[in-house]
Amino acid sequence: MTGVRVAGVGLTEFGETPERTGRDLFGTAADRAFADAGVPRADVESLRYGNFMGELSERQGHQGPLMAEAAGVRAPATRYESACASSSAALRAAVRDVRNGEEEVVLVGGAERMTNLGTAGATEALAIAADELWEVRAGMTFPGAYALMARAYFEEYGGDREDLAAIAVKNHANAVGNDLAQYQREITVADVLDAPPVAEPLGLYDSCPISDGASALVLVSDEYAERTGVDAPVAVTGTGQGGDGMALQDRDYLARTPAADEAAAEAYDDAGVGPGDVDFAEVHDCFTIAEALALESLDLYETGEAIGAARRGETTRDGELPVNLSGGLKAKGHPVGATGVSQVAEVTQLLRGDHVNSDAVADAEVAVAHNAGGTVASCIVHVLEVAA
Amino acid sequence: MSDDPTGARDAGYDDFLDAAEAGEAYYLSCPEGHGSLPPRTVCPDCGDPDLAEEPLPAAGEVETFTVAHVATPAFADDAPYVTAIARFGPVRLTGQLRGVDPDEAEAGLPVELAVEASETTGRRLLAFRPR
Ligand SMILES: [Zn+2]
Repeated sequence: MTGVRVAGVGLTEFGETPERTGRDLFGTAADRAFADAGVPRADVESLRYGNFMGELSERQGHQGPLMAEAAGVRAPATRYESACASSSAALRAAVRDVRNGEEEVVLVGGAERMTNLGTAGATEALAIAADELWEVRAGMTFPGAYALMARAYFEEYGGDREDLAAIAVKNHANAVGNDLAQYQREITVADVLDAPPVAEPLGLYDSCPISDGASALVLVSDEYAERTGVDAPVAVTGTGQGGDGMALQDRDYLARTPAADEAAAEAYDDAGVGPGDVDFAEVHDCFTIAEALALESLDLYETGEAIGAARRGETTRDGELPVNLSGGLKAKGHPVGATGVSQVAEVTQLLRGDHVNSDAVADAEVAVAHNAGGTVASCIVHVLEVAA
Repeated sequence: MSDDPTGARDAGYDDFLDAAEAGEAYYLSCPEGHGSLPPRTVCPDCGDPDLAEEPLPAAGEVETFTVAHVATPAFADDAPYVTAIARFGPVRLTGQLRGVDPDEAEAGLPVELAVEASETTGRRLLAFRPR
């Protein structure tokens, strides 16, 4: 079985560009990934592409071939949909096929156009990741679902809005120098606590923004990198996926995310590393509470302990375990279908040393990326390492 | 009227709402005792096709709730409203908690199931009332 290297990464700016089409966004991200990789487009054997709400925001299905054209790639192309984990699903499939020897060079990515729908429209579109009959018809929204989880967490393990606010403050601080991030400004705990409520106990600053953007990676096999001399110092060494009941009401736990437990355990095992080896993490903080849930599922914290991690300074950029040095979904933005691959792109740059925040993790060798779909009915985790 | 935005009737779900309106709400139980909600071909926990309808316990208990301020267009006139998850024996349900001041809502609150209407669309929805 061959190893898998990240030869190149490409991201668009995340933010509000309602006039830019999905094909425009993805074409830009892919172009940047090819420029970074130095791999000829002609060597690409497939495109694996993640997108969630294209039918609603652009009236566009069958996006695989469209995005291959946008990227200038003549290769079979498939769209993957797994809600907010769509592009991680695309990446996981690509990693496995490169390892199998089926393909040597794969273009992976994702894109989402959202802000053209407006806040109400995007809220409605996001809600389709929940159970239409048993959740959405009762009025449950996506922020509402995470608010239900946050309240359940407070009841079961403790924690409060200030703990959550510290997560938002940290991730905003991390995004300040990231010129791809949607919000490149610091906020205070008071800003978070005083913001208008979205779904109590979550307010506006507990929530990631609605974003447009795209992401892309050029993945190659070890053999391809050796044969061609392509510079690809970071390897994807572990992949894992877990699942849970679709609706929150049907889960064993309201304040834990077993799908992420499963994904993390599989990814660690696959990479031959343990949580103690992890130097930093990018996790799916669509809402502040989600970062705490993720860190516990990744086994970086005991259950019930991660809620105060940011407030204690443990996950800040100068803490023991920096989390979301990109700014996270919270400050960098969350163009749904682009998110998973963008996390891996940021991790790759942090490990290579060419990220604006690389200094915070100068000696890092192992990192994880955690990407969740819906209310973590789906979760995909990848382990990345500096290749020996 | 139909509760589905497409106008179609959703077998299982609409049957459940009809039954709940008649005070005869039920859940599905497999021989292992796993509870689930319709429509189901098999038990989601163990795959057993032998599912029996059992009466939903009348007494429920709120496990978690949120006051939703930002709604989808289908609930624009309902906001702010309280969404809750309540346990009724072996199953949980998601619904709007009504008849309680949001400040008085809390985990552990005893509730009963009701079928009420969205103030925005008039479509039926599951609701909880204090018991
Ligand atoms: Zn069963």
